[in-house]
Amino acid sequence: MDLSFTPEQEAFRAEVRAFIASGMPADLKKKADDDGHFEMDEVMQWHQALAKKGWIAPHWPKEVGGTGWDAAQRFIFGEELERSGAPVLSPFGLSMVGPLIIQFGNDAQKKRYLPKILSGEEKWCQGYSEPEAGSDLASLRTTAVDDGKGNLVVNGQKTWTTYAQYADWIFCLVRTNSSVKKQAGISFLLIDMKTPGVKAVPMLTTGHTPAFCDTYFDNAVVPKENVVGPIDGGWSMAKALLGHERTLIGAVGTSTRALARVKRIAKSTMVDGRSALEHPGFVGKIARLEIRLESLRMQNYRALAGAQLGHAPGPESSILKIRGAEILQQCFELAMEIMGPDSVSWFNEAGVIDPGEQWIASTMNYTRATTIYGGSNEIQRNVIAKWILGLPANA
Amino acid sequence: MDFELTAEQKMLAEQAASFAKKSSPVERFRKLRSTAERDVVEHGWENKVWKEMAELGWLGLFFPESVGGMGMRFFDASLVIEKLGTTLVPEPVVASAVVAGTAVLKAASTAQAKAILEPMIEGKTSLALAWTERAGRYDVRAVATKAEKTANGFAITGEKIFVENGHAADTIIVSAKTPAGLALFAVPKGTKGLSIQRLKTMDGKAAARMRFENVEVGADALLGEPGDKAALALDAALDMGAAAACAEGLGIAQTVLDMTVAYLKTRKQFGVAIGTFQALQHRAVDMFVEVELLKSTCILAAIKADDGDVEERKRAISIAKAQLAVGGKFVVQQAVQLHGGVGITDEHDIGLYFKRMNVLNASFGDEEHHLARYTSRPAFTADAG
Repeated sequence: MDLSFTPEQEAFRAEVRAFIASGMPADLKKKADDDGHFEMDEVMQWHQALAKKGWIAPHWPKEVGGTGWDAAQRFIFGEELERSGAPVLSPFGLSMVGPLIIQFGNDAQKKRYLPKILSGEEKWCQGYSEPEAGSDLASLRTTAVDDGKGNLVVNGQKTWTTYAQYADWIFCLVRTNSSVKKQAGISFLLIDMKTPGVKAVPMLTTGHTPAFCDTYFDNAVVPKENVVGPIDGGWSMAKALLGHERTLIGAVGTSTRALARVKRIAKSTMVDGRSALEHPGFVGKIARLEIRLESLRMQNYRALAGAQLGHAPGPESSILKIRGAEILQQCFELAMEIMGPDSVSWFNEAGVIDPGEQWIASTMNYTRATTIYGGSNEIQRNVIAKWILGLPANA
Repeated sequence: MDFELTAEQKMLAEQAASFAKKSSPVERFRKLRSTAERDVVEHGWENKVWKEMAELGWLGLFFPESVGGMGMRFFDASLVIEKLGTTLVPEPVVASAVVAGTAVLKAASTAQAKAILEPMIEGKTSLALAWTERAGRYDVRAVATKAEKTANGFAITGEKIFVENGHAADTIIVSAKTPAGLALFAVPKGTKGLSIQRLKTMDGKAAARMRFENVEVGADALLGEPGDKAALALDAALDMGAAAACAEGLGIAQTVLDMTVAYLKTRKQFGVAIGTFQALQHRAVDMFVEVELLKSTCILAAIKADDGDVEERKRAISIAKAQLAVGGKFVVQQAVQLHGGVGITDEHDIGLYFKRMNVLNASFGDEEHHLARYTSRPAFTADAG
């Protein structure tokens, strides 16, 4: 039993911190320090800074651009990024399609796609959910039909395709066979967003950011060589991807930063003649939340220790997702509560409320997504009920 | 980061699990417990089992060899305590071999500590720490009990309202105020002026309410010196008690989760196992999540309990105890709920675990106490900038 990081790991942490402090462009750094909001071009600036340093894809194998770090270093790196307030990198290329191509793609696909994911030259988005296929993803209806000329013709609609309006490519689950069990007729297909018939229509989230899109496919002709893995084999690959590294899934670093922000807001907010950080009711709420977070931190360390030993992340990493998402939501809820009347200010000009509080209301809204995306908390509970507790399936 | 148990630790945990299952299943606790109608049999626990535990080395696991202990760490003891919790083993391991023992070890001279701890570690005696007072609640320093100097030693006067194992202990370690500060005294059972009222507790155990009326003890009854050292010894003892309560609570939480999941798989309603219902599945998952988080915080608390950094010890133990207050309570409440009507019958074991968890949550500082301690650390506000 040892609950500490080694001196070498702590030295690595210091190195990561130092790079974040010096390697981030100054205007981004200022925004990060102020918990500002980043536009896509700023996210990509940071992507490129990390790519230049060689730190853009720590979880990839070294021979295709990874860093060669061990599980603890990857965790420390991710945690430090979260704690710094740095722009959150788009995960679709780096964490989703990239690892999937590495694991299941052919050499030509690896050569074609991976370098541009690393460099940030090509941005990706995800085409999984559909209007009628959310948690029941295997019911997806977007079809890809062989035209007999080496192409698949794609028709259908994907939704919640985050930042599809900026994406160069989309990776999709599409139906290539309707005469078998629904999971067995799905393929994994890469589609160039410039393909005629592909259209991304942004929509506003409740946080008033254009993060979501509907993406339509109207007879989009896609070369069959863009299928990753076997035709009709997409479902198991997509599921295998869920088995990848999940030690950062609880967003403990992000919540740590958010909770410090809650305390800063509390300190500068007056309640009945004293700071909210001296108000017993608010102090109690902050402390309860912090203790929930500290408990999750230990849970995360246990998962990390398992990863260091080479254990595949099991369904128990769903705990990190469930509780981590809840805690992050609670941080922003509590920030709102402490801000009181200021909490409802909505994108007013500078100076109306404290600049550090400007994005709280929007983020609180958007953070409701954390218990929905990546397998909703209810789906995570289904996973634990079935795979850990062994409870019988619903009749 | 390493959360693997050593071979030795695995063996210790397996030994304790096997003991709980074979030598002290819940039926044994049922026979020994006090109820509204019946007072406890003997002490509510048995000397012969106490001796058996001594032979296994469990009563001196983390005490140094100089006082007859095994020289291991509190974490090792926590593994045993957790397993004993799974079947509600009634022997006073926590009250005597963790809490009172730690107070003695930290406050007394080595010679005094050895004289008191060695027979306890050998299973010949048991100890109790009398610290709780009406006005003090969970504050060890709010002591009204007084010790006045006499020709031959001290005379102690005051009242302690809740003394775990106080009804059975051979030696009572009592906190009292002296002109030189807080002090701890070792008072043998039966000393003139000491009246012990047996106190039945909700969980079927017993404790004591104690009145000290001019209880005269010799100068050698004073453990070490009055002042800071005694107060710090009490802090350490109660922190150990809180960490032990967390370990025991973890054993209970894990047990009722297992019982509940098994029940969900076998109990049928509407023609199917009730475990097929998603509302109940998700509730069971929420219990599982809390159990895992309890495990994580228990490890933190047990490791930090005796690693020498007092501030870190307090932080870690308050996190774990506050987590037990919320998560432990949730788990036992939902265990009762998912068992339905049978869960609130005395004949079903779920209720026994439910009650024990409630007692643990009222012991060694409740949630408010630990939140207050947690937030009073300068580090709590430091990250507000």
